[in-house]
Amino acid sequence: MPKLNMVQAINLALKEEMQRDKNVLLLGEDVGKDGGVFRVSEGLLEQFGPERIIDTPLAESGIVGAAIGMAVYGLRPVAEIQFMGFIYPALDQIFSHASRIRSRSRGRFTCPLVVRAPYGAGIKAPELHSESTEALFCHMPGIKVVVPSSPYNAKGLLLSSIRDPDPVIFLESTRLYRSIKEEVPEGEYSIPLGKARIVQEGKDVTLIAWGSMLQRALKAAEGIDADIIDLITLSPFDEEAIFKSVKKTGRVVIIHEAPKTCGFGAELSATIAEDAMLYLKAPIIRITGFDAVMPFSKLEDYYMPTAERIKKGIQEVMKY
Amino acid sequence: MVRFERTINMPEKILESFNVKHLSILDEKGDTDESLMPSLSDTDIKMMYELLVLSRTFDHQALNLQREGRIGSYAPILGQEASQIGSAFALEKTDWIFPSFREIGVYITMGYPLHMLFQYWSGDERGVKTPEELNIFPVCVPVGTQVPHAAGAAMAIKYKNKRKAVAAYFGDGGTSEGDFHEGMNMAGVFKLPVVFICQNNHWAISVPREKQTASKTIAQKAFAYGFEGIQVDGNDIFAVYKATKDALDKAKKGEGPTLIECFTYRMSDHTTSDDASRYRFKEELEAWKPKDPILRLRLFMEKKGLWTGQYQKEVEGRAKEAVDEAVKKEEAIEHPEPKDMFTFTFEKLTQRQTKQIRDFQ
Repeated sequence: MPKLNMVQAINLALKEEMQRDKNVLLLGEDVGKDGGVFRVSEGLLEQFGPERIIDTPLAESGIVGAAIGMAVYGLRPVAEIQFMGFIYPALDQIFSHASRIRSRSRGRFTCPLVVRAPYGAGIKAPELHSESTEALFCHMPGIKVVVPSSPYNAKGLLLSSIRDPDPVIFLESTRLYRSIKEEVPEGEYSIPLGKARIVQEGKDVTLIAWGSMLQRALKAAEGIDADIIDLITLSPFDEEAIFKSVKKTGRVVIIHEAPKTCGFGAELSATIAEDAMLYLKAPIIRITGFDAVMPFSKLEDYYMPTAERIKKGIQEVMKY
Repeated sequence: MVRFERTINMPEKILESFNVKHLSILDEKGDTDESLMPSLSDTDIKMMYELLVLSRTFDHQALNLQREGRIGSYAPILGQEASQIGSAFALEKTDWIFPSFREIGVYITMGYPLHMLFQYWSGDERGVKTPEELNIFPVCVPVGTQVPHAAGAAMAIKYKNKRKAVAAYFGDGGTSEGDFHEGMNMAGVFKLPVVFICQNNHWAISVPREKQTASKTIAQKAFAYGFEGIQVDGNDIFAVYKATKDALDKAKKGEGPTLIECFTYRMSDHTTSDDASRYRFKEELEAWKPKDPILRLRLFMEKKGLWTGQYQKEVEGRAKEAVDEAVKKEEAIEHPEPKDMFTFTFEKLTQRQTKQIRDFQ
């Protein structure tokens, strides 16, 4: 079985879905001839032609808006936003339309749309190329938020996202794009949305992470008997998997790259406090990015949670 | 020392120039320019007239119901009926329509059930569950955001190789929004089968048309995106119909998009929550009264022997009956269930929603 990095795995997923279903098409800035700025769509223009691999004008709201029009018509568009920091012009389309078309038309129109965007820091990119604002989307009912953590699950999750009958925001960690390789099978396999992945089982502490932070959580947990949950889908998230683990360990450390205040860790923490408080042996700890404007690249390593910071968090909860 | 000088002439060249056209066919006295008259049978013309009267009757009744607290805020179309009915009359049921929030005339022309329109304005989402045989997108409240949807649906039509077109409706205010420009630009770049219909009613709540854009016309904005724009007398149903029909035929032949500016006037308030007397002069309103789109068609029909007092009575009677029937039907619909708010968030309920919905069971 071939070993692929995440760029190649996502490319394979797009290719296979486009072969399987003529209604699937990709649109975005530089996705055609250039193969995308990260080369995720490399070779797809040659295989599928400009009607299905569409280089659009530079207009994020227009890209998502047009993709919504395609989706309600019955196509399965995948819209690429070049970087998560550039998605904000499209928020009106995502929040005011994609998320609510099914509801406001009482099911007459649906929006099976995937918006893919590279996110996160760690590749020494310019300003606004390193954002991790996934919580914005989790707050909005009617859209799903998916964050793969490896080439294998990126492929499986993208297949599920494209086939999902509702809009999905699919966030790809730029730092993971080429940093890990693993075996990715060709052909059908899908990973269900809304189900967390139990990466490792242990009984002393529960670590919850997603996307690029999973690797750091794994490193921090070396030598510790930890349950590690890779959330994969942030919205709707797998409450049951979290409760099950918390009931077992009684200790929780939540790790994310985004700023702490109103980050998705706050939602997880509140959920655990509401429904599993009596199983807790220690306060819940969040190891996150800081409440600071995402710094330029020279300081990005100080901004992102490190394995050391996570380890400190684990030690903290283990005191109880 | 001798200096040799060479004289070079580099006059500025005209690279492109545009002419913005205005089309009108039917004047205020009910006379027409026969050379421009679109092909419409007497039956068609009567049908147009009856739709104008029905829409105005609906509008009037909606205002009454709002004042009585039987529906919520309502956006009247008074004065804009010809722009809506004239354009929708050219559309086929298989075409796709992306309206804004002031298009009941379009809905009525396409055969949308009247009681569902009241249902929408009464605050019941079931009112915008478009019947299967129509492709009218639900009312779009965020201004201008429907324009890229129209471009996207047109891309899908082109990709699927279907002989259909898309109509996007918006107002003069909408043309200031970024989404209007992004959608228009895409339509031009990809030569999409879409017709952009701007009802320039001269007011975006309290902001007059001149403060919305420094362009002399809305129509000319199309030229910047590489396709045609035309201004039509928006109170002249024949001009609106002809421009829309021509644009739709062009779109369906694969010859790209068109922008139609319907030059009309909002005779009423922005919505029932607004009071236009705070910001506009009565004289302006008075000046537009003789341009009324219904009166104009009536005068035309009278001259052609298609209109009599008796006919008027019948048309008004039928419209009133249809509207009353719709109100009765709407008010008999059972109140939505609180749990309905969850039903269509996603195809399936989430773990969390399943718990929350128990509050209502």
